This record gives sequence, C-alpha cells and structure tokens, in this order.
Amino acid sequence: MKLLNISSPHATRPGTTGGVMQQVLLAMLPGIAALTYFFGMGHIIQIALAVIVAVGAEAAVLYIRKKPIGFFLKDYSAVVTAVLLALALPPLTPWWITIVATLFAIVVAKHLYGGLGQNPFNPAMIGFALVLISFPVPMTTSWTAPTPILENAIGFSDAVTLIFSQRETIDAYTMATPLDLYKHKVAVATADEITLDPIFGSGIALGWEWVNIAFLIGGLYLLWRKIFTWHIPVSYLAALTACSILFGWDSDRFVPTSLHILAGATMLGAFFIATDPVTASTTPLGKLIYGAGIGLFIYVIRAWGTYPDAIAFAVLLMNFAAPFIDQYTQPRTYGHAKAKRGLPGKE
Amino acid sequence: MSLLHFELHDFRGGIHPEEHKHQSTELPIASAGIPSVIVLPIGQHIGAPSSPVVKIGDKVLKGQIIAEPQGFVSTALHAPTSGTISAIEPRPIPHASGMSDLCIEITPDGEDTWIEHHGVKDYLDTAPAELVNIIQHSGVAGLGGAGFPSHIKLNAPAEKITTLIINAAECEPYITADDMLMREHADQVIKGIEILVHILNPDRCLIGVEDNKPEAINALNKAMGTTRDDTHKIHVVPVPTKYPSGGEKQLIQILTGKEVPAGGIPADIGVVCQNIGTAHAIHNAVVLGQPLVSRITTVTGKACAQPRNYQTLLGTPISHLLKLAGVDHNQMNRLIMGGPMMGFTLQSEDIPIIKTTNCILAANHEELPNPELAQPCIRCGMCTEACPAQLLPQQLYWFAKSSNLEQVEAHNIADCIECGACSYVCPSNIPLVQYYRFAKGEIRQANADKIKSDRAKERFETRLARQEREAAEKEAKRKARAEAAAKKQAEKKAAAEASGASTNTDSSSTTSSTEAPLPDMALLQKKLDAAKTAVEKSKEKLAAAEAEGSDKAELFKNAVEKSQQKMKDAAKAIADARKQMKASENTSSSHANEKGDPNTPERLKNKLELAESRLTTAEERLAAAQAENSDKVDAYMTAVNAQKERVQAAKDALNSVLANSNTPPINETASVAKPSPNIEQLEQKVRAAQTRVDKASERLEMAKAQGMDTIDALQLGLDKQKSKLADAKKQLEEAQS
Repeated sequence: MKLLNISSPHATRPGTTGGVMQQVLLAMLPGIAALTYFFGMGHIIQIALAVIVAVGAEAAVLYIRKKPIGFFLKDYSAVVTAVLLALALPPLTPWWITIVATLFAIVVAKHLYGGLGQNPFNPAMIGFALVLISFPVPMTTSWTAPTPILENAIGFSDAVTLIFSQRETIDAYTMATPLDLYKHKVAVATADEITLDPIFGSGIALGWEWVNIAFLIGGLYLLWRKIFTWHIPVSYLAALTACSILFGWDSDRFVPTSLHILAGATMLGAFFIATDPVTASTTPLGKLIYGAGIGLFIYVIRAWGTYPDAIAFAVLLMNFAAPFIDQYTQPRTYGHAKAKRGLPGKE
Repeated sequence: MSLLHFELHDFRGGIHPEEHKHQSTELPIASAGIPSVIVLPIGQHIGAPSSPVVKIGDKVLKGQIIAEPQGFVSTALHAPTSGTISAIEPRPIPHASGMSDLCIEITPDGEDTWIEHHGVKDYLDTAPAELVNIIQHSGVAGLGGAGFPSHIKLNAPAEKITTLIINAAECEPYITADDMLMREHADQVIKGIEILVHILNPDRCLIGVEDNKPEAINALNKAMGTTRDDTHKIHVVPVPTKYPSGGEKQLIQILTGKEVPAGGIPADIGVVCQNIGTAHAIHNAVVLGQPLVSRITTVTGKACAQPRNYQTLLGTPISHLLKLAGVDHNQMNRLIMGGPMMGFTLQSEDIPIIKTTNCILAANHEELPNPELAQPCIRCGMCTEACPAQLLPQQLYWFAKSSNLEQVEAHNIADCIECGACSYVCPSNIPLVQYYRFAKGEIRQANADKIKSDRAKERFETRLARQEREAAEKEAKRKARAEAAAKKQAEKKAAAEASGASTNTDSSSTTSSTEAPLPDMALLQKKLDAAKTAVEKSKEKLAAAEAEGSDKAELFKNAVEKSQQKMKDAAKAIADARKQMKASENTSSSHANEKGDPNTPERLKNKLELAESRLTTAEERLAAAQAENSDKVDAYMTAVNAQKERVQAAKDALNSVLANSNTPPINETASVAKPSPNIEQLEQKVRAAQTRVDKASERLEMAKAQGMDTIDALQLGLDKQKSKLADAKKQLEEAQS
C-alpha cells in the first residue's frame, strides 16, 4: 500500500480552467445567435476560420515550445480568444485579415509573452487592433447592413464568396454602423433627422440593440456562475453612461447614451473582453478603476476619435495600467487597520 | 434561552465544501479500548516539550504524571493507562514532515488502574488561580488543533476579558468529534464552560456552533437548563455554516464583529477563545481530578467500513483505530490526520493519537482523487473571493513563485492562516497553500540569515577597529623600543670601549671585577625554552580564537604579549650570563696569557669567529622577523649591520696582524662559511613549519566551506606560515650544502 503524501488542502472543488472557458463560450451563444440573425452568416464563418487557425497556431507553438499539446489545448483559451476576435471583426472581413489577426493574437500576443496567464495584453484585442490599423479600408467597410433592411438577405454561400473570393458586390450588403453614422451625421442634422435612417429601425439601433441585450444576458449568466465579479462590467457601463450623459446630453449634437450602451460592441466588451482576468486588474477596488477607465476611454475615442468603435483601444490602454492599479489597490487584510498600498518599502 | 439575541457578523470569503459529516454521526461514541502499546510524544502542545520523569522499567498507573512541564509555555503529560515504561526514544510523531521526536512508550498491563485522584469539591468556590494550576498540571492543551497550553490563556490576561468564546463551530468537513461530544456530554461541557467563566469572569460567554449541528445545539440548550451559574452569561449561538468559521479569527469576527489585530492575540480585543473539547477536558480535570489522558477522535473516510467516533487513549497507534473502524487497506489512498482542508498526510499507521488529533481520515481514491496537474493561473480571482483573510492569493502565488519575498511580505503573507480555501476553489488546481508555505519558509530563512550577517558584519567592524587600535599601540611601542635600543647600543659601545681599555691597561683589576659567581647556564636555557613554548602555545590559541572570531581573542593577545615579554627576559638573562662568562673567559685567558697581548692571531681569530657566529644569529633573527612581518625588523637590521661592521673590523685586525707576522691571510671562504648549524635542528624546524602550514590550510578550508568571515585573516596566516616554511627549507638546504 502506497499512501499519497501531499500537503493540505486535500479537498478541491471539481472543475478546471477548461471548464471556465467553456462557460464563457456557452455564455457567448445568445450573442452569436443574435448577430447571425441580424447580420447574416458572416460571423459563423469568421468564428470557424478563427478557431481553426487559433487552435492550429496554438498547437504549433506548443510543439515548438516543447509543451504538452493536448494538456494545453484542453484549457480552451485559444478557442475563446478566436471566438472573441471573430465576434469583434466585421462579418464580411476578408479571410486573410482574419487569419493575420488570429495568428498575431495567438503567436505574438499570447505565446511570445509566455502563454496562457502571462500575456499583459488581451490577445484578441491585440489581433483586432493590428488589422484595424493595418487594413483600415476593409475593416471599416465590411459590416453588413441588418438583414431586415436588405433586399436580398446574405445566405451562407453569399457570405463564403464575399469573404473568400469576390468582393466586387460587397457594397450591396454593407453599411456604416449606427454609431459611426450618427457621429458623422450629427454635425449636419438633428437627432430626429438622423434616426429616420432605416438603420436605426424603430428602436435604438436595428439589430444592435438585440445583439447587445443578448451579450448582456450571457454576461449575467457568467456573473451568476461566479466566473467573474460585478466590478468591471458595472464600473465600465457606469463610466460610459456617466460620460455620455455629462458630455453628450444633447442628442442633437452628440451620440445619445442609449446608442452608446446598446450599439456597437459595448456589452461584448463589458462582459467578455474587459473581464478577461489575465489582463485585467485583480483587486476589488482595482477592478472598479480598471472598468471605469475602459468606459472613459471608450467614450473619448468614440466621441473624438476617428474609429467607428473603441473597445479594443480602450481595453489595451487599461491593460497597460492594470499591474500598476493592482499595486495601489490592495484590499485591507484581516486584522490590519489600513490597507498596505504602493510598492514595498516605499510606504 | 437567548438564541436570537445576537447580531452575527459575516466574515469575507469562505467556501462551502461538501460536509461528509453524517457518516460518522450515525453511531454513538465508542471506546477504542486499550491498545497493545502506547506511544506518547513529549511535545504534544505548542511550547517547550515536557521533560520525562520516568525511566524504562517503571510501573505507572493511569493518570500518573510521566513528563513534567518545562517552563510556563508547556504542560504535563500523564500515563493514559496503567502499565510499564518500555522505551524512551525517538519515534515518528504526528507531523507533516514525518519527523521523529522523543516518545515515551508504555506497555499496558490491561488493568487500566487509576492513580488516586479526586476533583475539587465545588469549583465555583475554588480560587481561579488554583483552578488554573490544576488545569496546567492536568496537561490540558487546546484540543481544537493547535494544542496551545490552555492555562496560559486563563492566566490573568493583561487585558480585561469581555468575551469568552467557546469554539464549537467544527467547520472542517468529515470531523464530528466536537459534534458528538456535545450531543453525548453536554452537561459536562457546560460545567467545563462554567469553570472557564469562573476563572476569567467575562461579561459574556458565547458558544459558537455551526448551524449544521442541530442535535448538538439542542443538547447544549437542554444542559443549559441545569446550569448552576445564575448570571446568564453563557449563550449558545448558532452560526451559519461556512468554512472556515471555526478558525479562531473568523469565529471572533462572526460573534463580535471585531478583528484580532495583525500579529496580536484575541486578548488584545478582550476575547479569549477555547475549544469545546478543551472545556470538556477542563471539566474532567477540575471536577473529576482526571488529567487529559484520552480524547474523542473521528475515524472516517470511504475506506472505513464503519466510520464513527472513538474515545481514544492518547498514544494509541492509528493502526489500532483503523482496525476498529474496519479500514480496507486496498482502498485507502490517502491517510490524513485532521480534516481534508488543513490536515496532513501520514506515511505510517504507527503514528500515535495525540492531544490535538480530532480526526483520522482514511480516504479512498474516489473521494479524494490524486491531484490533477496544475494548469496556468489565469488570475480569475476566485481565490481572492474565497480568502477569509482578504488577501490576494493569486498575487501571492505569482510573487511566491518568483521568490519575490519583498512583494510577498508587502501582500501580508504573514496573515495567511493556510485554511486552504484558495486552493479549494482554484480552477487551475494550483496547490496555492504550498507556495505560501514555501514563501513563509523562505522569509523565515532570509530573516535568520540577515540577523546572522548583521552580527558578522558588526563583529568584523569591531575587529577592524580593534586591529587599527592595536597597530597604533604597537607602532608607539616600537618607536619607544627603537629609541631605547639605540640608547643602549650607544651605552654598550661606550662601555665596551671602556672595558677594552681597562683590559688592556690593567688586567688584574678586570680579574677582580669579574670574580662574581657564574650564572647557571642550563637553568637559564630551560627557562628560555619554557618561555618559548608558552609563547608558541598562546599564539596558537590566539590564532584559533581569531579564526573563530571569538571575543576571547583580546585576552589571548594579552597572554601572548606577556609570554613574549617573559621569553625576552629569559633571552636577556642568558645573554647577560653569556657576557659574564665571556668576560670571565677573557679574564682567565688573559690570566693564562700572562704576557697579556690581545692581538695574538689566535685571539683575533676567536674574536672573528665569535663575531661571525653572532652575525649569523642576527641574520637569522632578521629573516624570521621579516617573514613574520614583525615590527622588530628595523631593530634587527641595525643589529645585523653593526655585527657586520664588527666582523669586518675583526677581520681587518686579524689580517693586519697576520700580515705583520707573515702568516697567510685566513681563507676568505672559510671565514664566511657559516658555522654549520645543526642540520637535525633545521630539519625539525622545517617539519614543524610544515605542520603549521598544513593546519592553517586546513582551517582555511573549513572556514571557506562554512562561508565564515574569517577567511581573509586565515589566508594571511597561511601565507605567513608558508613563507616561514620556505625560509626554514632554504636554511636547511644551505646547511646541507
């Protein structure tokens, strides 16, 4: 009889990192469904392409790094990165852009920094930012118009053709996003005039509102499963709302709050991108600051920047700050009158 | 009964692991009986181990004291049953490391005969100090887990105790020893608590029980009806089930809302916390007069056919209990003393039950599977949410992993209670607590090293200062000596001239002046030898002391100086004696040589030879002094030069005489040939020097191996010895050629 000799604790809660990642993937399903319903099959193809490339690249890098491939692929982190990236890309992004973004995300942003848990920047957002800066034209002209206002809905074969080969007919399917449209039109038109555009539909932004609500539902599910805490999404949304009310209270001159919250990738960012634990702040107070910082940057970039959306840059900017924030936001430990903060030896 | 009067305060974090408690509460407590052998480690509590007062072969009765407390933070140990002391030797003890410690082995006689004992008549009428004394001498130590001697917490704490907390939370999965104790012995437990209340006289006493033990809570409330204490201070307080509510700090927070200050003790906020099992042991000690010789231990786990609680004699081997519980050894994968959260694995079933053993968990592969390979930390923060001390476990993990001790300390690792909640929730299966134990160990080591290096630095600086001071003193002395020597030299010259003149002019007067009895040369030589040995010895001692950096070095230094002085005196005495003898020789020769011509070739030759031999001695001394880097080098140098001059003068005189008498001049080579010194002596010298070099290099090696700070000094000594050896060898070679 050989008795096991290890140190306590002996009991552990069942579950693995792969399990956590699977929960995240599960929580993205409503959002993916909404995107597909309103914007066609483009996202499904992008997801498939990105996942295949990501898993292949991950396996290849693990092989080169002489790490057990099966063990690390089981953590599903490459899949989550790929899906997030694919959801952030416009649905009709040319295939080679998706591949470049995915490869850069997995190989450079993740593994060159040491692999899972070691990357200071959100890999999906690094990949996205790279192609957004490098290939701005296809990146800003590939958003499909919402299916309900298209004369001919985009079928699967149409999407495949548009992504992989002929892009001549693409203008028949694409349209600026509501956030972009509003921002550019508000200089010359009133809110009432702008929202006459069919892209805004009868509600806030046709299709987008449901996509955001779907991601919100998925996010709430993860919150309920305690995959992450409320701090980052709440402070993120609160800061974005506060900024849009403070600076843009007049919807005749600025993009209204409702559009900030329910258009673009706001909810995807709040619950699935900003909450990436590896690159986010980890202390309770730090998470609040981190989330609020992202919300603030999103507003700043959306309002005064030239890009159609701002999630990637806002998140990356706050990724920079996360280690610093952590150092100055330690919680007060039991039995201590005051929290220890700042660098050691410099109190 | 006041069940709901208490506002409970939650503690942050915590987890809800599967309880697994019902398995061992199905059957009542059973007696484990008397095992075939009893093994009692002498250190079953925190603090100094007890000291055995029995010897092998002694017959002991149940309850007889077998080891006395050593100092205040210590407690006594009693024989759990009657029998014979069969061994007092190191045995494996219950410890995470599997280490051994001194144990007393008793072979029971099976009679279980009690020693004569009796309790106090009425504990409420007994002085608290006397009760505390009884508790200490009954060997009561915290039965909850840490084993802190109970009397210390009761012994007139510096702060006024406002709240006495009885810890009956028993929050760890599987363990039901306290639960069953409360169910079956509630009356005795309450009496024990009354004793504690009588001793400490707190404003209130709260018994904290997790609400997953309704039977125990009912039993306690029922027993409260019979309480003799009419102050209504004692309250049973059910607390929500959440691990680790039974941690002392957490239970205090739940019941009082206060936190024990970091690095402090509960008494700092007016709280004393005692385990419910300890209260029962105190009842037995005070009311029945029975020392702590047994305890209730849960034997559970899926490898047991029948998990249950056993009233177990201390020192009972675990194998005895496992047999009673019908453990299937093929199923047993992990054997744990304590619970699954904070217990430690055992490698042997011969380990005995001790005062703190609340549970033996014989787990099979299904309930505690082998740990999975740790995945990378994704900083998910679940550990932060689970930590009851509000630490940042994953930050601690990263810092511990990179041995960044400064950051680990800045993140308050000292406040980690190692409850294991973080590891429990970690989705990546990282053994977090193990990293914290590692970091704590590293910090302890680093602190110890720092103290050591600080001390060494201080010692080195003190030594440096002392050496500078001594060098200055030496320099001053050397100057004084040089002046004295110069003066003496001048005087000598004058005297020699005067005496030479007198010899020449009037030999008879010289004769009369040197009639004094000749000194005993042998005696003087002996004295000189003794003095030399003394110097040698004291020098060796000094070297050793300096090598060790001992503070006695100063003392030895003085001794060396003293013996050197003695040696010098002896040498001087001999020189004086020689001078006298020479003078008498001179006179006798002048007597014999009635003609009294000092310039005969024979005489001059003698003179030359004498001067040459003196020169050789002086040169030797100079060489030695140079090798030793002694400050006498200058003095010797002067002496050698003077001697050379004399030799030259003698040679000149002789040559001129010989030239006058047409005798051929003395062969130059013959004249400078040193009077061949005794080769044997030189060989001995070489050998001695070799031994010294060997010794010195040995010492140096040792110092290097231990990384001592005396390496430099030893290196210097070795170099000196080597140069001495080289000199000696050279001399020997010269002598041989």
